[in-house]
Amino acid sequence: MYFVVFFSLLTLTLLTWQIAYIDLGRWNMVVALIISITKTVLVAAFFMHLRWSASMVRLVVFAAVFWLAIMLTLTLGDIFTRNMVSQPQPWQASSVVSQPTTAGSPQR
Amino acid sequence: MIASRRKYKLHNSQAVVAEQFDDRTQQHEAASLGMWIFLATEVMFFGALFTGYTIYRNLYTTAFEAGSHLLNAKIGALNTAVLIGSSLTMALAVHAAQTGMRKRLMTFLVSTMVLGGVFLYIKFAIEWVHDYRDGMVPGLHFTYSGPQASHVAMFFCFYFIMTGVHALHMIIGEGVMTVLLIMAWRGRFSKESHNHIEMFGLYWHFIDIIWIFLFPLLYLLGAHY
Repeated sequence: MYFVVFFSLLTLTLLTWQIAYIDLGRWNMVVALIISITKTVLVAAFFMHLRWSASMVRLVVFAAVFWLAIMLTLTLGDIFTRNMVSQPQPWQASSVVSQPTTAGSPQR
Repeated sequence: MIASRRKYKLHNSQAVVAEQFDDRTQQHEAASLGMWIFLATEVMFFGALFTGYTIYRNLYTTAFEAGSHLLNAKIGALNTAVLIGSSLTMALAVHAAQTGMRKRLMTFLVSTMVLGGVFLYIKFAIEWVHDYRDGMVPGLHFTYSGPQASHVAMFFCFYFIMTGVHALHMIIGEGVMTVLLIMAWRGRFSKESHNHIEMFGLYWHFIDIIWIFLFPLLYLLGAHY
């Protein structure tokens, strides 16, 4: 069983490496991440024995992924929506909008 | 094989079930739970790096792709294969420990250490040396002069910090494995008592998972560029 997982992981590595040379635009990263997540599931389920683990342990794994999701969604949700208001709204003082739109990024 | 070495000496301090646990199952679950909670903190540790990476990759997409293009994806893929191989030998080592096969356990621990060593050798002695020679180390030797050079430098900062922290985890892992190997040699593990090996296995596979994400994010991002 471990060998089946091992060869699947190798195949997926080969696949993700070769696909990277094809220009799919923004889908390159999507495909690469889907393959990475598949590999992670394989490693966690079989090598790390999550398939046979107690539900308490699985809960911790779920919590880890959940916290990571919170960090990613809230942080990225903030950063990538800062440019969305382009026109000063009537209720906004114009100085609010004229501040740097991507605060946090060094303007070099 | 000397017969006496095969006997697992068990005096009080290394009894199969520690005082505070009812039985082996409970002890094993407590150990797994503790290890997984530690790994959850590690997820947050690396998660912060991944979040930062995602933000700046989206702000400076072209610069990050140009930087990634300078990395050798072939070596990255080779290292991925080596690390997956070490994960396999680690899983086999855990299996050997569970079935109480001391010699197999030691063999697979040594193979995991060797594969981990190969990974670190490729990483430091081949890749990083080349990166330095080619002027891709911000702050020390950075000669990239194309457009958006400072943003390309930022990509390399992410590259060196992320792969560096990952390699540090591996170096710690090699150290722990040395201790485990000595313990296995002394016959400290048995069919009934091998939690150390199993928990270390979780750590080692976790390092593998981190690399599974680092490889496409750092090496493959600019491959088609």
